[in-house]
Amino acid sequence: MNEVSPIASSKHVAFDAERLRRDFPALHQDVHGKPLVYLDSAATSLKPQSVIDAVDEVYAKDCANIHRAVHLLSQRATVRYEEAREKVRTFLNAARNTEVVFTRGTTEAINLVAQSWGRSSLREGDEILVTELEHHSNIVPWQMLCQQTGAKLVVVPMTDRGEILREHFEQKLSERTRLVAMAHVSNALGTLLPVPELIALAHERGALVLLDGAQAVSHVDVDVRALDCDFYAFSGHKLYGPTGIGVLYGKERLLDGMPPYQGGGDMIRSVTFEETIYNELPYKFEAGTPNIAGAIGLGAAIDYVLSFDAGLVHAHENAVLRYANEALGAIAGLRLVGTAPGKVAALSFLMDSAHPHDIGTIVDSEGVAIRTGHHCAQPVMEHFGIAATARASLGMYNTTEDIDALVSALQKVQELFG
Amino acid sequence: MDLRELYQEVILDHGKNPRNHSFPEPHNREARGYNPLCGDKITLRLQLDDQTITDVGFVGQGCAISQASCSTMTEAIKGLTLSEAEALFSKFHTMLTSEDSSDDDIEELGKLAVFAGVREFPMRVKCATLGWHTLNQALRNESAEATTE
Repeated sequence: MNEVSPIASSKHVAFDAERLRRDFPALHQDVHGKPLVYLDSAATSLKPQSVIDAVDEVYAKDCANIHRAVHLLSQRATVRYEEAREKVRTFLNAARNTEVVFTRGTTEAINLVAQSWGRSSLREGDEILVTELEHHSNIVPWQMLCQQTGAKLVVVPMTDRGEILREHFEQKLSERTRLVAMAHVSNALGTLLPVPELIALAHERGALVLLDGAQAVSHVDVDVRALDCDFYAFSGHKLYGPTGIGVLYGKERLLDGMPPYQGGGDMIRSVTFEETIYNELPYKFEAGTPNIAGAIGLGAAIDYVLSFDAGLVHAHENAVLRYANEALGAIAGLRLVGTAPGKVAALSFLMDSAHPHDIGTIVDSEGVAIRTGHHCAQPVMEHFGIAATARASLGMYNTTEDIDALVSALQKVQELFG
Repeated sequence: MDLRELYQEVILDHGKNPRNHSFPEPHNREARGYNPLCGDKITLRLQLDDQTITDVGFVGQGCAISQASCSTMTEAIKGLTLSEAEALFSKFHTMLTSEDSSDDDIEELGKLAVFAGVREFPMRVKCATLGWHTLNQALRNESAEATTE
């Protein structure tokens, strides 16, 4: 029994959405005199008490810089920071923790790959393939890289349901494609991309693959070795962890060959004015004092998530999503945007009677928090010929009662604007 | 919080049926406005004769607040001189953003006073000022896009 998986069911606590709501203090407040209904987890998820406590404890107890002093506090902080890295490795099923680089978030992780791998590897005529449903943070870093290197950004179109189809992907993939950068799950539409087959296709053509996992990590199983992706980026704050911490996973062979992204302390082995020798992985990419409390908080968030059977969490979220799909679909004059089969955790919609911004304000007055706007995915809005949508998105703490509250808040919209 | 303070009848009406919602002919000024936060976009065109706004119209998309604000603005500024329009914007802006507006100031705004409730919704102030920022741009004859940022 040496091969016991860290998520073996015997270690799990029972999954009970009603009960786990107690773990999230932010849920238990009134807004505008109404109990908060939080349906904006795709923007950021709420934090369980264990994460808040872990961050608190860093500052209250283990408040020291890491990888530096010989004193006990520094030693404790270093151990906890490195334990957090090991938790991330387990969570992603990466082979080694040298493949786990802490960043500020998904955005910085993608910029790191663009500026380090991209600038040193790409030349004029090379192509970077993205999809039409990407978040701006998986478009703009590549546009900047294209300007710097003369490489070309190529876009795989999406269908009107918000899907990325294999045949469209294959059409855009070419001998010149050096990197495919795509979302694992779309933030604006909730589409789950068929990444295993797309990764295999990209690899057949010799292209590397970066997955933007910001919206995926809290809703689908991520196993970077099974996926065989070359890079995987995600943010802690969408996984019930703190803001300001994220992760870049990269295959060791690739990270090893990449130049540092930023220069500074901790990323060096020795410095003279004549020559600097860089530190080993992953420290080569972690210049300066990192977000120590954030990393430890992310470790606590992973502990929390892994304390449940992932299958049960995902089944619960999918049940709430199906319920929401039906409930919203039954509202006259409401149109869902993004109807790909197998989508996860997010519902974008429009109403004939009111603009998304007005919907957002009205449901907020009923205590219901949703996101409105272009969701940092303007090309997606462009595709549908719209400027914005309203989006309700789910976390593991949401229940069908939350959807009922949304539906009755949307009835207020109808009353006012109908 | 009382939504009716924000969504007054006049606002709902102008939001649904914006006035002057087409381009005037002739016109000699144009500006575009954009709110990057929500994607609202408008194009405003006007005819300026001898420092007086003789005609004005707009085309665009946006929430009820931004559309109603553009609509009531076009009604309010038609026939005003440049400096009168600027003074009106300044009063309107003060009403939305500070507590210094006296009842007299608000009364002087006439129909535009229905936007007083927007001050209680800070996230929506930019919706109400988009049209006015665009007007400013048009009056200064600057070709760049007005943004609320």
